[in-house]
Amino acid sequence: MNSFHILEYAAWVISAILGLWMLYDLFKTNATFSEDLLMSSREGEIEDELVIDPTHRGAR
Amino acid sequence: MTAVPSDTAGGKSAVTAIHGEKISLLRILGPGHVWALGVGIVLVGEFMGWNFAVGKGGAIAALIACWTAGLLYTCVAMIDSEVTSTVAAAGGQYAQAKHIVGPLMAFNVGLFLVMAYTMLEAGNAITAGYLIQTVGGMAGFEGVHDKPFIVLTILALAWLNYRGVYATLTFNLVITAIAFVSIIVLFFGLKPWSNEVLHHRELISGLPYGWLGVIAALHFGLWFYLGIEGTTQAAEEVRSPARSLPLGTMLGMITLLIAATMTWYVCVGLMPWEYLGQAITPLFDAARLTDSTFLMVFLFVGTIFSTLASANGCINDASRAWFSMGRDRYMPAWFGAVHPKYRTPFRSIVFLVPIALIFALGAPLDQVITFSILSGLLGYTFMPINVVMFRRKWPLGTIKRGYVHPFHPLPALVLLLLCAVTYFAVFLGYGTQLVAMMVFYIVASAWFAFHRYKYVRRGDQFTMPWPKPRGY
Repeated sequence: MNSFHILEYAAWVISAILGLWMLYDLFKTNATFSEDLLMSSREGEIEDELVIDPTHRGAR
Repeated sequence: MTAVPSDTAGGKSAVTAIHGEKISLLRILGPGHVWALGVGIVLVGEFMGWNFAVGKGGAIAALIACWTAGLLYTCVAMIDSEVTSTVAAAGGQYAQAKHIVGPLMAFNVGLFLVMAYTMLEAGNAITAGYLIQTVGGMAGFEGVHDKPFIVLTILALAWLNYRGVYATLTFNLVITAIAFVSIIVLFFGLKPWSNEVLHHRELISGLPYGWLGVIAALHFGLWFYLGIEGTTQAAEEVRSPARSLPLGTMLGMITLLIAATMTWYVCVGLMPWEYLGQAITPLFDAARLTDSTFLMVFLFVGTIFSTLASANGCINDASRAWFSMGRDRYMPAWFGAVHPKYRTPFRSIVFLVPIALIFALGAPLDQVITFSILSGLLGYTFMPINVVMFRRKWPLGTIKRGYVHPFHPLPALVLLLLCAVTYFAVFLGYGTQLVAMMVFYIVASAWFAFHRYKYVRRGDQFTMPWPKPRGY
């Protein structure tokens, strides 16, 4: 085994961790929040009250 | 009100509030991010792929293809900017088709988008894996593989997209800018004002295959710009869509025209067309011919960064198109969910990962890219029809437009004509794939019309606050 093969194993391990993390978070989010909330986004409701993240409007 | 922690804004600790138990995509992007999304997807075409046009018809044919495709995409950018500045919704051209043409066209356009971007993502991942494998081989290692890096590229970028659009497109902005600068540095490093390094007079040799070669070259001329229309997918996430989308798209198109012309000039002045026409990494090869270690390293970094930026933007765009179709029930509604913390279409992002992996690990690069180009081309054919119907149903003055494209309907007619010529060019080289792709979309359309459409909430589809169209 040369050092490039170690890089290849590292790539497999990191890929597996990232993939499993996404799956874990997906299942956790599905279980924690209601479907009504997760699917409450509506096309076109983008100009007024749904701009809702205070930190991105200058607040702390 | 529900409150959940959020770290989507470049690592800032923050609180995302959910008013009235509703969540939406995060409206946080500016024109720079739109530029990064559009140019990021496309710029890889300058680093590899465009040069197959040289192989089809010689250096002059490639330049004609470059500028003809540039004209095609300028029409695309102008038309898209006008329509998108009014239909500011994730899904881009899919949402436009839904409002302007009808459900079946919208379904097809949505599918074109998902297929084009997912295939392009797979193609980019294959290229990134190949480049890393090549470096391993050049460094003297034996038995090196590309697959671990193909998988890592797709998973790492999907993870980045999952975690938030701001970090994703800021990352794209940085790596795309570095890749673009590398082309400029190479151009000026080769002293284009003198014949010291570049030898155009000796290397350019007319049209070896005549005008048929010019038409055949058009297929790969698209590579210089393929994907710039993806900027519209960010419509629900930019702070001011009516201003940012036209500005980012047009600046992107100008950037690409400059980069494409510089790339052509540098490469055909350094390499004979017989070699250039089959090179895998022409800009990197050009840098190697300079004997400058700095230029070699910089262009290698530029090539890798452009590949990653393209794959990253493709994941962003494909997931938005799939998400929009799910939200309208054109696909299972489950895909229309937004992550309450990261504010991304997380289910769509995860769902498209195995599809990209299947294509990246199981299909040859040229087939993957050809299917991507064909899906893109079908999408471009929709645009002139779309804009003519848009202007007829809602003439100027009836609804507010953020941008009005000039000389209508000339750009639409030019675009339609160029699409027809390009279909012929694709047919010359990839006729079987063209027919296979058409069959796929016809079968998918039948599935939608006879099965899926009954699940669509027809009354909820039309979301833009427009007056009734003229004639209805």
